[in-house]
Amino acid sequence: MDNPTTPSPAPANIPASAGVGRRTALKAVGATLGAAAFAKALAPLTEWAPNISVSEFLQKHYKQLGREELAAILARLEAETLERYGAEVHISDVPPQDDVQFAYALNLSICIGCRKCAEACHKENNHDRPSQQSYIRVLEMQKGSLDLEKGNAHYDHPVPQKDKFYMPVQCHQCDRPPCVSVCPVEATWKEKDGIVVVDYNWCIGCRYCEAACPYHARRFNWTTPSIPKEEVTPVQAYLSNRIRPQGVMEKCTFCLHRTRNGRLPACLEACPTGARVFGNLLDPDSEIRWVLENKRVFVLKEDVGTRPRFYYFFDE
Amino acid sequence: MSPAVAPVPVPADATPTPPWTHHFKDYARFLIRSLIRATDGGWLFYGWMTLLTAIALVGANAWAVQVRDGMGVTALSDHVSWGLYIANFTFFVGVAAGAVMMVIPAYLYHDESMHDVVIVGELLAVAAISVCLFFVTVDLGRPDRFWHLLPGLGRFNFPFSMLTWDVIVLWGYLLINLHISGYLLYTRFLGLRPNPRWYVPFVFLSIVWAISIHTVTAFLYCGLGGRPFWNTALLAPRFLTSAFVSGPAFIILALQVIRRVSSFHVGDGPIRTLVNVMRITILINLLMVASEVFTEFYAGGSHTASARYLYFGLHGHNALVPWIWTSVAFTTIAAILLLRPRITEHLVLLDIACVLAFIGLWIEKGMGLIVPGFVPSTLHELVEYLPNRTEWMISAGIWAFGLMIYTLALKIALPIFTGEFTLQSSPPATRPVTGQDTAASR
Repeated sequence: MDNPTTPSPAPANIPASAGVGRRTALKAVGATLGAAAFAKALAPLTEWAPNISVSEFLQKHYKQLGREELAAILARLEAETLERYGAEVHISDVPPQDDVQFAYALNLSICIGCRKCAEACHKENNHDRPSQQSYIRVLEMQKGSLDLEKGNAHYDHPVPQKDKFYMPVQCHQCDRPPCVSVCPVEATWKEKDGIVVVDYNWCIGCRYCEAACPYHARRFNWTTPSIPKEEVTPVQAYLSNRIRPQGVMEKCTFCLHRTRNGRLPACLEACPTGARVFGNLLDPDSEIRWVLENKRVFVLKEDVGTRPRFYYFFDE
Repeated sequence: MSPAVAPVPVPADATPTPPWTHHFKDYARFLIRSLIRATDGGWLFYGWMTLLTAIALVGANAWAVQVRDGMGVTALSDHVSWGLYIANFTFFVGVAAGAVMMVIPAYLYHDESMHDVVIVGELLAVAAISVCLFFVTVDLGRPDRFWHLLPGLGRFNFPFSMLTWDVIVLWGYLLINLHISGYLLYTRFLGLRPNPRWYVPFVFLSIVWAISIHTVTAFLYCGLGGRPFWNTALLAPRFLTSAFVSGPAFIILALQVIRRVSSFHVGDGPIRTLVNVMRITILINLLMVASEVFTEFYAGGSHTASARYLYFGLHGHNALVPWIWTSVAFTTIAAILLLRPRITEHLVLLDIACVLAFIGLWIEKGMGLIVPGFVPSTLHELVEYLPNRTEWMISAGIWAFGLMIYTLALKIALPIFTGEFTLQSSPPATRPVTGQDTAASR
């Protein structure tokens, strides 16, 4: 059979060959059907893939980008926001300043649990509207106890209640951040002014950081965020409040698009009681320095060794 | 057919060539004939493979929808951000590591009867690791950015992230086992004696490596200070012990199926050895569970909230209570059955014990370990989780795909070991023709 010079096969071979043919034909039909079914099963991927441009797929890590590459990416992201959300936005890259170390403090004696900070965060950071996402969670705590187990994040009644105090929790921008250590691809890191950021275009969405954070400070984009175009906050930064893609992590950045330009975080501006204090630790005249020097401050879960930059204090 | 055929190959063989070049041709033949053999069989085989293909396709479709619409189609949330996928991943790392319980008797203790069937365990390691890698992939929010994890191309946060260690040990274990089984199969296909120099060092490496994959996987969880339920030094030893129950349990079942559907000889010796291993490991595992439960409940406090939630429910939330008690019951019954002195003579009872142990530990390492780590959350919110239809479909699809890999690998490997499938034997499809051919030419 293998040899072309062989005389034509004896008739005895024909039934066997025909058997092979039938079997092979059946196999071929099976393989074709299988391949067609496989293509059909994976068809939803072809509806998803066009959302990802080649330049987005090949985009390098934020720290590896040259000035021109970054400018092109920012322009592309602005165009995509216009195309997908109908909103004209300006996305910039705001680098950290020298001689600045940001820190936050919160006065638990005067916080009334109104959740205005959480709402301001929701708007400022272009969070998904249907899920009412926010980087801030406010816990209603039992007076006389700091046990989180006695806290309640889902209270729904007039505030403040007499026997309660209120403890808003957001990213503590730890100096030893477990979320940064566990990230397998260095998609999240601590900047030199102390803010922990995420490159939303580098994150692979494994959610290990979400498991590692002791403060429930990280959020995942379970779907593509949905925001009406008139509600989109137009002043955006690459590492902070630009609208995040589906399938990546996000977190509080102390509103770095504002604070690195000399403004205050949105949550602080929204607070009606003045419970929030934000500033530069290296500035001896700053309010944050005064609080740290004159109040008995504490950090949440000091025992886990994360060294937060978010301090709580009581007035009395 | 005629004597004229015979001389043809002779001049080709006679041309002087370096001794190793024939491997290009032979290896290609090995691959092609393996492919033919892997897609050829009786109705039972076709039926089994069609069933697995159908399940795998349902899973593939569910995954494609999940990638398109986002992981919001699962029951996962910011509170419970890992669920059924990571549970399965964790468990199947154990199954892969458990295969080493055949390798150790075969190579360290020179158990001849185990040596004859050790390929069944090595191929299980390959299939189980493939399953693990699939489960991690479907858990990624952005599978298109998978290349960010590739050393050199992406940014590999080594040695700080335990996940990068896991990538290294899992891929390493896959490659080591592919090399060992691939080398043994190819040399036997050629009809040669495998040269110990080319595989025995890798066998010993695979023993150490098997321990490492489940240790590193435990370190993923126990290294997190913010999750007290996982933050225990006992986690890695517990992972290994349960792996040495679930791996042997699966292999015992597989060996019995192989005995029925193929001509590959499986003696009672290997099954007896594996039962002896399980008898010890299942009891050590129960002891470790009891030790953890005691520590959690006797001390009390808010660090033990997850354990209280898991075993008895917390503030009216008790989704996992039926799961964990099923696990406790199954593993206890399996342990008692395995203690019967003559269990290896009552194969039905042995099979029941293996199935119970496998399911019991699947729950313990999965829903009973990953999910309660998130409930209550780090801010002590009680948000529960049970997998939804999408997650079950994707998981079933991956199980089916893993069984396909295992079936096909065994379908190629077993006839090589029985000597039915060698370079001299022809592909099964053309066997009748060639048979006559050879007969005639002689």
